[in-house]
Amino acid sequence: MSENLAKEWKNHVGPKRALKTVFYAIIIAALVVSLRNIEIIPEFLKDTPEQLMDLFRRMWPIDVKFLWGFVAPSILETIHIATLGTIATLIITFPLAVLGSKNIVRNEGIRYVMKFIFVASRSVNSLIWALFYVAVFGPGPVAGVMAIMSRSIGFVGKLLSEAIEESSRNQIEAVISVGAPPVSVFLKGFWPQIRPSFLSIALLRWDINIRETAVLGIVGAGGIGLLLESAIDVFHWPGVAAILLSIFVVVLLAEFLVTNLRKKVI
Amino acid sequence: MDALTRRVLKTQEPVPTGGMEKVRRFFRFYGVQILLFLFVVYVLFALSRLGISPKRISEGFTQGKVFLSRLFPPDFITRWDDIRHDMLESLEIAVVASIIGILLSLPLGLLGARNLMPSVVTWPVRLFISLARAFNPIIIGIIFVKAVGFGPLAGLLTLSVASVGFIGKLFIEAVEEISMKQVEAVRASGASFLSVIRFGVLPQVSARFIGFGMYQFDSNLRNSTTLGIVGAGGIGGTLFAAYQRFDYRIVCAIVLLIIGLIILDEYVSERVRRVFQ
Repeated sequence: MSENLAKEWKNHVGPKRALKTVFYAIIIAALVVSLRNIEIIPEFLKDTPEQLMDLFRRMWPIDVKFLWGFVAPSILETIHIATLGTIATLIITFPLAVLGSKNIVRNEGIRYVMKFIFVASRSVNSLIWALFYVAVFGPGPVAGVMAIMSRSIGFVGKLLSEAIEESSRNQIEAVISVGAPPVSVFLKGFWPQIRPSFLSIALLRWDINIRETAVLGIVGAGGIGLLLESAIDVFHWPGVAAILLSIFVVVLLAEFLVTNLRKKVI
Repeated sequence: MDALTRRVLKTQEPVPTGGMEKVRRFFRFYGVQILLFLFVVYVLFALSRLGISPKRISEGFTQGKVFLSRLFPPDFITRWDDIRHDMLESLEIAVVASIIGILLSLPLGLLGARNLMPSVVTWPVRLFISLARAFNPIIIGIIFVKAVGFGPLAGLLTLSVASVGFIGKLFIEAVEEISMKQVEAVRASGASFLSVIRFGVLPQVSARFIGFGMYQFDSNLRNSTTLGIVGAGGIGGTLFAAYQRFDYRIVCAIVLLIIGLIILDEYVSERVRRVFQ
């Protein structure tokens, strides 16, 4: 107890405290500079609640015919894109994550290459990835699947290689000591240890991908976004409301499904 | 259920006689396999719906080569003034939105915590927070662009809402996990409600706030680079304009800058997190 207290006491004294003060100062300076530079027109800001209310009033009542005729197939396509994108990600990322783990690959060069791939993939938003793939494959769900995949590789790769690195040596040494070949070492030593995190990472990413796929259509990469964009362009607000409602429902369902499945696999 | 467990159970359990029991046992033994099979069927169905054909893929790769050759070398110079201005705008939107998000999440988080407030209060707050989180920032962006017009203000409002959705949720969870002993101790001393919050609740959760804030800043920065595509300010606008003009070398330059910015941000936030641990 006294040891703990001493430690805590030290934490608040000395350079760390100064660093914290510096951090807060930087934050405040950044806020001041940002507020001065962003062009905010006060009239527009004051008008916002009224405009939003007007928008919501126009959305009511929801266009039910549009919901069944156009939104439902489009939502299904969105789910397809998210699922296929996640599966493609898992297939591609698994070997990359293995190559990027400290306890499997000793060569630092290879690991840095993998780390770079992961960081680059994560840094580019899926919408920007979609722009690239629409230019390559043309508009349509194929570009969406590729965009979702490209964006997810970094996320899954990072978490998966962390999970591999955290696996305990004991089981692996036990498998090695009976003379198992490398494939068996992986299947019987590593895989049982990383399986729960693998499944929960996959589910988590699928959930995120459902949300992200919903907007990919704005740049032409398939899914509900395309419909949303065109409904807004023709000011068909009851239809927009139907789209937003269905996105909300699908996102909630996906979250519910993922939470329950994760409890099962962990 | 795996084959080994199944074999062991078959030898140990009595063989069911009734029809219903047989069916139940079948599902218990092969449930996972059935789900897996259905999943594979679904994936094949989804694949068939997307119209992916080998021909299209191979055409894509030829197109890809052409596209890649048009991306390089990146052109930083032609539109440098626009790029610099909009990159800074993205950064500024992220900074302000994160701070607004944190400030709004503080009261909302306390109002949404079920161990502090009656359900009449928590229910609408939690609904608002999950609504803010359910929609991708781009969609919220479209709505705000319609409401306040093009420009960084729409992006700012969008990311503030998105931040509330995320920090608010984490903050509610943090408040619900606190130990009630301290709260009761403060209350027992006759403190007013605000004092209970100030001395009983906040000290237990404030340490995690910087972590949430930094995390949300990372996310806001990433999103503020794309919000421009729907006209909500930031570098995305320049990026999309260049893309639509087929100025792929400028697109390449902007994407490289975005990657650089995000890597820098990850490095900085790692450092900040270490200071605050």
